[in-house]
Amino acid sequence: MPTLETTFAGIKCLNPFWLASAPPTNCGEQIMRAFDAGWGGAVWKTIGEQVTNVSSRYSSIDWNGQKMMGFNNIELISDRPPEVNLREMAEVKRRYPKHVVIASLMVESKREVWHEMVQRAEDAGVDGLELNFGCPHGMSERGMGSAVGQVPEYCEQITGWVKEKARTPVIVKLTPNISDIRMAARAAKSGGADALSAINTINSITGIDLETLEPRPNVDGKSSHGGYCGPAVKPIALNMVQQVMSDPLAALPMSGIGGIGSWQDAAEFMLLGAGTVQVCTAAMHFGYRIVEDMGDGLLAWMRRKGYETIDDFRGLSLPNMREWKNLNLNFRVVAEIHADKCIGCQLCYTACWDGAHQCIHLDRVDGGMAQPVMGTDPRYAQHEANPHGKPTPAMVFAQSVKTIVTTPIPKLDLDGEGSNSAVTPLARIPRVDVDECVGCNLCSLVCPVPECITMERVETGLPAQTWAERVASAESVKA
Amino acid sequence: MSEATNFFSKAGGSAEVAARFADLHPPLEKTAAVTEALRCLYCFDAPCMGACPTHIDVPKFIKKIASGNLEGSARTILEANILGASCSRACPVQVLCEGACVMHRYNKQPIEIGRLQRFAMDALHASGDPLPFTPGADTGKRVALIGGGPASLACAAELRRRGVRAEIFDARPLPGGLNTYGIAEYKLPLAESLREIDMLAQLGVEFHFDTMVDAARLAELEASYDAVFLGMGLGAIHKLGVAGEELEGVTNALDFIAGYKSGTLSDVPARVAVIGAGNTAIDAANAAIRLGAKEVHMVYRRGSQEMSAFGFEYEHARQEGVRFLWHVTPVKVVGEGKVTALELARLEYAEDGSLLPKEGPHILLEVDLVVLAIGQGTHAEFVSMAGKDSSKVRLERGRIVIDRETGQTSNPKFFAGGDCTNGGREVVDAVADGKRAGIGIAVWLAAKPEGQHADA
Repeated sequence: MPTLETTFAGIKCLNPFWLASAPPTNCGEQIMRAFDAGWGGAVWKTIGEQVTNVSSRYSSIDWNGQKMMGFNNIELISDRPPEVNLREMAEVKRRYPKHVVIASLMVESKREVWHEMVQRAEDAGVDGLELNFGCPHGMSERGMGSAVGQVPEYCEQITGWVKEKARTPVIVKLTPNISDIRMAARAAKSGGADALSAINTINSITGIDLETLEPRPNVDGKSSHGGYCGPAVKPIALNMVQQVMSDPLAALPMSGIGGIGSWQDAAEFMLLGAGTVQVCTAAMHFGYRIVEDMGDGLLAWMRRKGYETIDDFRGLSLPNMREWKNLNLNFRVVAEIHADKCIGCQLCYTACWDGAHQCIHLDRVDGGMAQPVMGTDPRYAQHEANPHGKPTPAMVFAQSVKTIVTTPIPKLDLDGEGSNSAVTPLARIPRVDVDECVGCNLCSLVCPVPECITMERVETGLPAQTWAERVASAESVKA
Repeated sequence: MSEATNFFSKAGGSAEVAARFADLHPPLEKTAAVTEALRCLYCFDAPCMGACPTHIDVPKFIKKIASGNLEGSARTILEANILGASCSRACPVQVLCEGACVMHRYNKQPIEIGRLQRFAMDALHASGDPLPFTPGADTGKRVALIGGGPASLACAAELRRRGVRAEIFDARPLPGGLNTYGIAEYKLPLAESLREIDMLAQLGVEFHFDTMVDAARLAELEASYDAVFLGMGLGAIHKLGVAGEELEGVTNALDFIAGYKSGTLSDVPARVAVIGAGNTAIDAANAAIRLGAKEVHMVYRRGSQEMSAFGFEYEHARQEGVRFLWHVTPVKVVGEGKVTALELARLEYAEDGSLLPKEGPHILLEVDLVVLAIGQGTHAEFVSMAGKDSSKVRLERGRIVIDRETGQTSNPKFFAGGDCTNGGREVVDAVADGKRAGIGIAVWLAAKPEGQHADA
């Protein structure tokens, strides 16, 4: 039977699911409820010198009827006195000794201030420390958070100060608001960090109220850039985690963060090297209960794949990420539309014409529009066939609009357009010109029907060759 | 010539009828509309658009609902179909746009296009804005339109947008034809039809009411107008041709429906028989139930498979509680001064498929009201009198023959569309015909050399 138990930078974990340092980990009462719901660990809302927060603080963007595809906050670190947080940490650890409590810290960039805070947190009995070098709003204006994370030298220096004092593992939380996250990660590693977590939130403005012209979140008519997170940032986070984990000078135990809300998300971060994952937005959206399926689903997947522990699959996708120059140029796929599944929406057709390489056509049925067409548009009077000699979408559409149709009368017009047909008319099923198809995937991405458009490998008969190899061989020929 | 009018305020009707004929398809709430709009896949060259006789760009107007651009959504609908509001309610969407929706093949419900269209049109009406079109620069031309139904209204709108005067002549006191008087109130209330026509009046469409056009009047109109559009629909409902048909208590579906819609009829007796099994018959039968009949029978000489009503209309009638008598035909209306019963003969199929009376006793169906709904005749014969022999408006089986793309008849000055050309289809077909004819007339007028006015 697979297990979710794991060890992260020497910290024993009941499971790899931690709540990230954020509103869901604001106080001990919350964290204990989260542990009851199944979370294996919690990174306490960052403590430091007590701050005052603004009202309001959050905003989000919805997409196609789904709420909170992306989420943004301008909340600072904990606005509770540090001693209260520390007292509650001690209590949580006493009641939940097997659960992981990490203290997230952010203080003034002075050695003795950091030393004192490390001491106080460890005295409270926490399992580890997370250094918040990532918070992109407010705190950065005071020389903390991402102001540290963006300068590798500060990052290394402060990590070093902390390590002078710390007896528990030190995790450095990285900011994505930097041109190359590996620089900060390398600095943390040379400063002696035991682990990394990435990513913190991304600088963002989520939107503007089109009536008042005021950006969100609204604080007395004004706003400030906030930290972006939620499902929208996952691809950015995955890339940054991979960059760090593929870099021998930077790689350390990694706690993955960014848009994680399901077991699939967690598995993806782990396949790129994360040993634990941290969750915030999904828990803010749906509550602590989401962890149940994260564990249940991950275990089921592990069983299916034959993995006993998280370490069995951690990082397995890293070798599959390459620099572009090391991809095989002689590999080729082409799109195949499975007519039996096609519902005739023709989104692949319009996508291929406008967004790709004009190699999907509506010519399965012989007829006027299947004839090669001279020119694409009268304004481009080239007097030659368009690149593929086929009608453009505008021509197809214009022909359609000219058709005269009438309401079918039952018993008279059995096969009218509106005949509820379970079978897609052949004329509506697009055809891929496989000789022209470059295998870009776009049609298969826009197709709403699972498995309807598949990308099929075509044998090129050529040996694998990368751009790097091609350049090298060209140079050796020259030489 | 009519002054600027407010037909909407002339809609009578009782609160009781309104309550009994509540919307069959209630309006969508805003959140529901957006959610539904987001479900639309936004197909390319969408089948729903192709299935609409007026080719409304359905995905385009739906996407505008999703984006909150309701003004643009209504304009998209109206560009294609000036009667988009009434069509959204009256169309048999199951066999048109919604029937063509690719979602049928996606193992999902089709997008509720009709209700979304109504949502966009209701939003326009609620805004109080006029139609998003202006009359074209005056060309000095004018067209007489015979009949004030959907075909003429759609034709008139196209003419106005092209700077041609459009004068509608209608026999009734209110405009709209079957849109106003003939569609089940739970689909399209009379007042809603008038609200839509008010907007056309704002565009400068003119109306002459209570005006019957016969051959002589048509000749006058031909002489004084630059073109004539024939959109007078069909004629009276056929008679049964059996004894007792003249008795009190025998009516026809069109008068019956117009009666309750306009408020001249507000209740029905306990037992009603509707003869026929088309969509109009079903509208009449459902109305009888809603107006308080205890027992409503539909009487049809063939079976449920052969009825000309749409399948979903049949299902609706069953849900309303209408009973069906198949394979019977009325042989006599029984009663002394007033109908008391309907004598029905049973029918059976002969080997060649024809229906023959079956041996055996007749059925005596006790009824207080008989509503005939066995199809309408044509009444276009008078138009064939117009023009010289060589340029007569040609008819075929009573229907005016037109060029489908322009609506032009065999007499170039006459155009036609709607039921008088197609034998009776849907409102949306009449709108499509009227639209094509309106454009056709404007093109023809523009191409005609000056001074060729009234060549009779």
